[in-house]
Amino acid sequence: MSDTHAQSVAFVRETEIPQQPPPMLESGAVKWVRENLFSGWFNTIMTLIALYLVFKILVGAAPWFYNGVWDAGSIRECRDILAGKTGACFAVLVDRWDHLVFGFKYPQDAYWRPLIAFLLLLVAAAPALFGKYLPRKMLILTAIYPFVAFWLIWGGTLWLPVMVAASIIATAMVFRLVEGMAISTRQILAGAVGLVSGLGLAWLLFKGAGELVFIANNIGASGLSIVPYILFWAAGIFTYVCFIPMGIFVGYAIYQSAEDGGLVTIVTALFAIYFMLAYLLGPVSGTLNSIIPLELQAVPSRDMGGFMLCMILGTVCVSLSVPLGIVLALGRQSNMPLIKGVCVVFIEFVRGVPLITLLFVANVMLAYFMPPNSNFDLILRVIIMITMFSSAYIAEVIRGGLAALPKGQYEAADSLGLNYAQATRLIILPQALKISIPGIVNVAVGLFKDTTLVSVISMFDIVGMIRGPIQQSTDWISIYWEVYGFAALLFFVVCYSISQYSQWLERQLQTDHH
Amino acid sequence: MTTLADQPVKALNGSFKLSMLLNDTRYRSLTFQFIALVAIIAFMAFVGGNLVRNLTEAGLNISYAFLGEPSGYDINQRPIEYDSQSSHGRAALVGLLNTLIVAFLACVTATIFGVIAGVLRLSNNWIVSKIMAIYVEIFRNVPVLIWILIIFSVMINVAPSPRDFRGDDPVASMMLFDSIAVTNRGVYLPKPVLGDGSFLVFGVFILSIIGIFAFRSYSRKQLFDHGRLIPTFWPSVGLFFVPAILMQLILGGPISLEYPALAGFNFRGGITILGSLIALWFALAIYTGAFIAENVRAGILAISKGQTEAAGALGLRPNRIMSLVVLPQALRVIIPPLISQYLNITKNSSLAIAVGYMDVTGTLGGITLLQTGRAIETILLLMLFYLTVSLLISFFMNIFNNRMKLQER
Repeated sequence: MSDTHAQSVAFVRETEIPQQPPPMLESGAVKWVRENLFSGWFNTIMTLIALYLVFKILVGAAPWFYNGVWDAGSIRECRDILAGKTGACFAVLVDRWDHLVFGFKYPQDAYWRPLIAFLLLLVAAAPALFGKYLPRKMLILTAIYPFVAFWLIWGGTLWLPVMVAASIIATAMVFRLVEGMAISTRQILAGAVGLVSGLGLAWLLFKGAGELVFIANNIGASGLSIVPYILFWAAGIFTYVCFIPMGIFVGYAIYQSAEDGGLVTIVTALFAIYFMLAYLLGPVSGTLNSIIPLELQAVPSRDMGGFMLCMILGTVCVSLSVPLGIVLALGRQSNMPLIKGVCVVFIEFVRGVPLITLLFVANVMLAYFMPPNSNFDLILRVIIMITMFSSAYIAEVIRGGLAALPKGQYEAADSLGLNYAQATRLIILPQALKISIPGIVNVAVGLFKDTTLVSVISMFDIVGMIRGPIQQSTDWISIYWEVYGFAALLFFVVCYSISQYSQWLERQLQTDHH
Repeated sequence: MTTLADQPVKALNGSFKLSMLLNDTRYRSLTFQFIALVAIIAFMAFVGGNLVRNLTEAGLNISYAFLGEPSGYDINQRPIEYDSQSSHGRAALVGLLNTLIVAFLACVTATIFGVIAGVLRLSNNWIVSKIMAIYVEIFRNVPVLIWILIIFSVMINVAPSPRDFRGDDPVASMMLFDSIAVTNRGVYLPKPVLGDGSFLVFGVFILSIIGIFAFRSYSRKQLFDHGRLIPTFWPSVGLFFVPAILMQLILGGPISLEYPALAGFNFRGGITILGSLIALWFALAIYTGAFIAENVRAGILAISKGQTEAAGALGLRPNRIMSLVVLPQALRVIIPPLISQYLNITKNSSLAIAVGYMDVTGTLGGITLLQTGRAIETILLLMLFYLTVSLLISFFMNIFNNRMKLQER
């Protein structure tokens, strides 16, 4: 063999070359830098520009942070300490910490209450957020939390929230009781309840019809207002015609339901909770409080402020708007034209206007629609409007989830003989909600950010505090980077963690194989 | 077994019982809707009755006559003629135009920011993609109101005041040959003044644009019919600029520029872009840009990798793959969320009230409401306006979306 090669090839290697390390340029950090930062002239230019930008930002911001003054009484003192150097004046955060977090009216000796409420929020939210890893019984904490938090933040007597919770439990017990009754007993109950609610409804409708005619006469039939005039008259006549049949029908329906017990149980429970909340709540909690006083200093709603107000609005409105959004989405999917129409008009109207206009409504317009001399809290009005606003968006997200379900799921539920409520609760919603989690979380984050808009209607949330009492005080006149940066940081931490949680949850709920 | 078969027959035979309204699925939905109708009417009666009583108690009525009365306040940015003697209706119209101006500017800018950031976030340049990720996360997770206020405060506090431009040795000076002045009250730009014959220049300009389109379609025809490749870029650029500039020179400069100049304590002449407009515009653009960047990224990622590889196999360069193969397909995924971002910009522009930019919320829902006290009328008009704009935008964008949609067979 070697002879043949000897003629044709000059040199043949007979042993293997020892392994060499790869060239410097093709390994380790150098390779990474070459591939990720300097591959080609375009990339190189971009890298250089990016590095220059980062350098500029660092050079600008580092001394600002590094020289920051943490201890000063006013912006002038701060500037004296800095003596011409660039530097932040973080002293404003120290000086006005309470204002930024709690607002300027919340009583100082009660700051521990919202703080505990916040810590409890983390505890109470955990079983709902990390349901897989915590015992199911801990959900009781989540259920108790709203009452505790209300008492801690608003103060007043503990017996009030306790009695509300007790009424809810009592109502549930009434529900169970009626459900478990013998049919003959229930028939008597259904007769009584049907009679009362039929009469009550007829009376209410009779009053309503009178009201409609009163409105129509007030509008008058001149010019353009002829249209609402006719509409209200028509509605009034309609109600006059149907108030007796409606009363009879509803009463009859409740009486009829004695056998299977659906309607009569619900109506009885409603009667029970109405009676307890309207007539028992005040006196009983008052008496209990005079026997065993368990009271915290009461704080009116208009004294809430700072980041606390944003947190209150955010948590309350998100938790209220999810169920409302589900109802709206189901209504929009319904095959009953009237209910579908109402939901579509509501959703499209709310999505078409900015939140600010709805807050204006809460601020100046809502009072006109309430009974004269009734006077309820601005914060409550704002909660109602923000909840309406976000529930429309959540409804659209959930509608997307419902539409994404294959039709077979609906048909399978039907073929199992489930009725609408069972099919929706057991088959449709669990899947649709799973699909819509990212969307719902997006809406929730957006809603939490939108709580800053209440500063426009002169409520003192964190932005309102900065723009009002802080920037306009003589001590901290027109300071902006430090305070707005702090507010931005707070929002960033909360919103970023929520969106990270949603991504984690999405991975947890993934049941298909990837 | 017999009951199962008998029941429907019985029902069909028409022995209608009242209980069927509740228990029979065929009638139950009617019952529910009837109850819903009664509930709606009852709600209207409650709300309307309260409204009427409250209004009579306050001695008010619902009337839109105030729209014709003189407003008595000034507006700092007037796209149409307006002074304090003009009516409230005209003030609302000015505000409306201001809303549309800032919304349009912010939509265009946000799209540019968003597309750039979205594409760069997918870049294989590590540092660039990380910077874009940081940009998106920071801007998405902080309320837009805070961004508007930060940018507005920076403008007020960092930009020089007009006073600084005075004197022999001024602290600040104008940019670009004394044509642009950046002050804390706003930015002053030269304003084109149309003299005699300027319509000729415009006419030539429009003709040359038509010419560009004609030339491009001609060159495409040549390419498809005869396989001849005619370069189009430089001729188009030439056609765009040269004839109009030539015409301007021949006619002796009918279109001239009016430069802003210091007069007293402020700049006069030229176009003023208010500081509040810039703050609102820039904040809305950069905030919404972060959302659009995410939409763009999602759209690009939705295009399967095979498309990129196939285009690469055909020998296209990376930037041509992006512009010819990936982006046109990604556009279909991007457009629907983009529409809702445009709607968000329009609605968020109502935050103008926080920086004193007189949009429709500031005029109609702000000063007019305070001066006339007609809360219900002004707020209803305000909602009507936003509703109309939202519906119009989604209507046109849906048409556009339908034209862009993949024609499936």
